[in-house]
Amino acid sequence: MADKIATREAYGQSLVDFAEQYDFVVLDADLAEATKTVKFKKAYPDRFFDCGIAEGNMMSVAAGIATTGKTVFASSFAMFAAGRAFEQVRNSIGYPHLNVKIGATHAGITVGEDGATHQCNEDIALMRTIPGMTIVNPADAVEAKAAVEAAITHDGPFYLRFGRAAVPVINDRPDYRFELGRGVLLADGKDATIVATGITVSMALEAREALANEGISVRVVNIHTIKPIDKEILIAAAKETGVIVTAEEHNIIGGLGSAVAEVLVENAPVPMKRVGMKDTYGHSGSVPELLKAYGITPEDICEKVREVVKMK
Amino acid sequence: MEESKRKSLQELARNIRIDIVEEVAAAKSGHPGGSLSIADVMAYLYGVELRVDPKDPKNPDRDRFVLSKGHCAPALYAALAEKGFFPKEELTTLRKLGSRLQGHPDMTLTPGVDLSAGSLGLGISSAAGMALAGKIAGKDYRVYTIVGDGESEEGQVWEASMFAAHYKLDNLCVILDWNGLQIDGPIAEVMNSAPHKEKFEAFGFHVISIDGHDFDQIEKAFNEAKTIKGKPTAIVMKTVKGKGVSFMENQVGWHGKAPNEEQKLAALAELNA
Repeated sequence: MADKIATREAYGQSLVDFAEQYDFVVLDADLAEATKTVKFKKAYPDRFFDCGIAEGNMMSVAAGIATTGKTVFASSFAMFAAGRAFEQVRNSIGYPHLNVKIGATHAGITVGEDGATHQCNEDIALMRTIPGMTIVNPADAVEAKAAVEAAITHDGPFYLRFGRAAVPVINDRPDYRFELGRGVLLADGKDATIVATGITVSMALEAREALANEGISVRVVNIHTIKPIDKEILIAAAKETGVIVTAEEHNIIGGLGSAVAEVLVENAPVPMKRVGMKDTYGHSGSVPELLKAYGITPEDICEKVREVVKMK
Repeated sequence: MEESKRKSLQELARNIRIDIVEEVAAAKSGHPGGSLSIADVMAYLYGVELRVDPKDPKNPDRDRFVLSKGHCAPALYAALAEKGFFPKEELTTLRKLGSRLQGHPDMTLTPGVDLSAGSLGLGISSAAGMALAGKIAGKDYRVYTIVGDGESEEGQVWEASMFAAHYKLDNLCVILDWNGLQIDGPIAEVMNSAPHKEKFEAFGFHVISIDGHDFDQIEKAFNEAKTIKGKPTAIVMKTVKGKGVSFMENQVGWHGKAPNEEQKLAALAELNA
């Protein structure tokens, strides 16, 4: 694997990279150093507005700016962007379908040592229920940059999910293309499909290699756009490989696993297993320790694949 | 104020009140009390103050109006219809399926509505956002928002106030409708949001206290607000909930209840007298 870069780093850098090409302003809620919007703040101080520790106000302010035709990025940790400010996102931004792009960093348990109060494993579930909300959870720095541009050029509310921890860059190749709403077939296989999102995509690729040694041939699908989800690629995976495992750094309730299950039960019901936070809160600890403790590792994905293949 | 101007404002306010009663009665639900308390300031805003054009409701240089206390939409719809943003006949479709007039304002449906609002506390923040956007774009439009006294129990009202003062949004004018009543009873008993003047001052506003039913005071306050530089203005406006319909005045029960046919006729008779 190549370099490791946190998707939040790519987010902050992308805002700078796209600043001349596109017209937008950036808001943050006293977390610019952590969300990495500080890069934009330093480069374009006239286009950056700190809202202080008042996330609800920030979301409604963002909506007000957006009513004048200007695109706005509003950043905070996922816990406060999607959790604290849910109603403002729903009513101020979602209902009038305004061009506010929510840059939510520090999603999931890879927040690490700060512990459960700051580890948001519920944001995808919350955002999925808002009509018209687009949700992208990029797998690496390359995808994060592409997602930021997709957010700018897309008309309507947008939730971008970024992580704190450095993750392997897996999309650094000349033919990489990002298509909003389209899943990516990263590697083919015939016995099972791992559907992954965000930091679990590289884990899925590792799991695939390990399973190949056991004689299990696995397809890996990267779902960066969780809403609207790519039904076609999921239905094809179900029909062609027969069983599915989902993997996400999020509660197994309401996130990718639920979204995939919703598509499959209505179109191509097959045995399925979910890897993710098992309806529980996190804990303080180092990132590797936490991922192991809560069962979100390549080995956990392998185990679920072995189990689900037996259900064929 | 010239007598002719006062007369025409009184006439507009009376028409807005008549519209409110007819809208809410036709809908058989809605919020007459707080709509009537802001009828005079709405008449002044849409009759004199706001730089808006019903033929060009999305003009980027227009003044903005945000009804943060969105449950008083009947007053906003009445003012917009009187101003010519949409036909007056449409007013009695309020709250009905298929109508452009939702229970709370919807900017995507109703011509002249600048913000979907009514979940309390959110509108003032978006009004501040509009004011900031005006500063960023170098435009000279002003933003006006009416906030309820009960609404100011929401913490976000004060987050927004902090923000507006911090960014020196002197193009923002917050109007607090101090009618003294909320759903569960008198503000002073349910959750006392007073003192409002001192709170806004402490948050960095220029504050003007007026009688919200006196056009001379309303005019003076809006003119003064436009001269204030470097800080937002709050107009703390003492009003009577249900103003203009004697049996609704200062009655908490008329916060969110529609008049029946008999009550409607009594109210209209009084307003037309």
